[in-house]
Amino acid sequence: MSHRELDDMLGKGWRKPAFVKNPALRWTLILGFVAYLIAAYMTIEVNWSRVYEGLDRGWAFVLAFTSPDFTSRWSDIWSGLVESIVMTVAASVVGIAISIPIGLGAARNIAPLPVYVICRGIVAVSRALQEIIVAILLVAIFGFGPLAGFLTLSFATIGFLSKLLAEDIESMDKVQAEAIKASGARWTQWINYGVQPQVMPRLVGLSMYRIDINFRESAILGLVGAGGIGATLNTAFDRYEYDTAAAILLIIIGIVMGLEYLSGVIRARVQ
Amino acid sequence: MPVLEQQGVQVWRRRTTNQSLIRWFGWLLGVAVFVFCWQIISASTTWFFVWDAPRIANDIWTRATPPRWEYITQLGRPIWDTLNIATLGTIIALFLAVPVAFLAARNTTPSAVFIRPVALLIIVSTRSINSLIWALLLIAIIGPGVFAGVVAIAIRSIGFCAKLLYEAIEEIDHSQVEAITATGASRWQVMAYGIVPQILPAFAGIAVFRWDINIRESTVLGLVGAGGIGLQLSSSLNVLAWPQVSLILLVILLAVVISEWVSAKVRGAII
Repeated sequence: MSHRELDDMLGKGWRKPAFVKNPALRWTLILGFVAYLIAAYMTIEVNWSRVYEGLDRGWAFVLAFTSPDFTSRWSDIWSGLVESIVMTVAASVVGIAISIPIGLGAARNIAPLPVYVICRGIVAVSRALQEIIVAILLVAIFGFGPLAGFLTLSFATIGFLSKLLAEDIESMDKVQAEAIKASGARWTQWINYGVQPQVMPRLVGLSMYRIDINFRESAILGLVGAGGIGATLNTAFDRYEYDTAAAILLIIIGIVMGLEYLSGVIRARVQ
Repeated sequence: MPVLEQQGVQVWRRRTTNQSLIRWFGWLLGVAVFVFCWQIISASTTWFFVWDAPRIANDIWTRATPPRWEYITQLGRPIWDTLNIATLGTIIALFLAVPVAFLAARNTTPSAVFIRPVALLIIVSTRSINSLIWALLLIAIIGPGVFAGVVAIAIRSIGFCAKLLYEAIEEIDHSQVEAITATGASRWQVMAYGIVPQILPAFAGIAVFRWDINIRESTVLGLVGAGGIGLQLSSSLNVLAWPQVSLILLVILLAVVISEWVSAKVRGAII
């Protein structure tokens, strides 16, 4: 038996199926992507000698993590840190409190159409604008200080939490809500006993997650003058005090890890 | 079941007296913390500016409208830079995130005791620091420009992509891996034919999702000098050219909406 006949008997060899089935679309995507990469690479000007010079400083920064300096600027770090935490707590409380009614209004199955449209509009605006841009505008309007940061974080919390809460309400079990309604409950009772128990675990989990995000964001609001530890960090970088900057970054990482652990524990308890 | 005797009639209660007391104290503590935080914010706020805010807001609004449309001709290059920062940053991050994710996933890590904690540490530390802070740091090290923005976005995205990816790897169907192993495949062949096909849709989804977020983040990186449209925003803000600021904000809003639409479309096609 020749090779040819053997191949005919065995049929074609198996090949891995492609991720994008349509070959024309696949090749257009690949070629377009390669063309884009070339164009992007051509237009980025990298000053390699500057990068090379910077490597020493980069290494100095990495080394600074092994000997972070918490003490010499401790009062600045401490005041910035307190401001960040205070902003996070206050903004999370206010943001969550406001986002609950808006989340109820943005759920199509419990809100009438006009309310739904208004609430969805608020959510869309809040999600489209970034924290730092909102902070710039609010600093211009309300002046420097943690109030602008507090308002920014509250505003951002509303968009995040309302949207996810509304989606959760829209996908809830209708049967329980119906049963409460059938017992003759008023609207508020219906929400309280038919809807709230179903969405509460997820609301608590999302709120914890948002507190975590708010703290991380509060660390950069200081760059535009909205209070918090960002201003201290920025100064440390500007003065090339890498050991202080490393200390601040380590504190931020530590707090974020702590918050993440805490939110994991709380989420495991409520679910 | 907690029951309260009231004039010989048994009344059902949701909680025992002790439980409700504990809850009441919890709420009291929460309110006290909030009031304390609010007082700190209030103390460092110049209230005169706040009372004056409506007038200032109105003033900025009249200065900012109508936007200076002809300025759009100067925004082409910054928008292209912004797109490059987001896209190249995402690509680099994905290349770095894949090995980290494989090292961090419980079922693929070579050593759960030594290597997994290191991978998790990389994930947590890159994730908890905002891209603006990475940009600040990189500008101090390798100088301002688009390249610093690309690297900042890339570092920030590693943790995010690796976290989602390693969770996807941990959730794979083990029987397929076993089937490939049973054919006598080597470790790398098991990876390529047993694990990769299962996580490829998740990988594509994560890539597009992160790209969408990175477009948002790269629009503001210029505020600290890392290239993109944020540079124009920052220089316009510095010279109080409000009509230009409003145009740039509109462009950023449009870019965010388009990127969100693209990412939603692509994710819808994949899943």
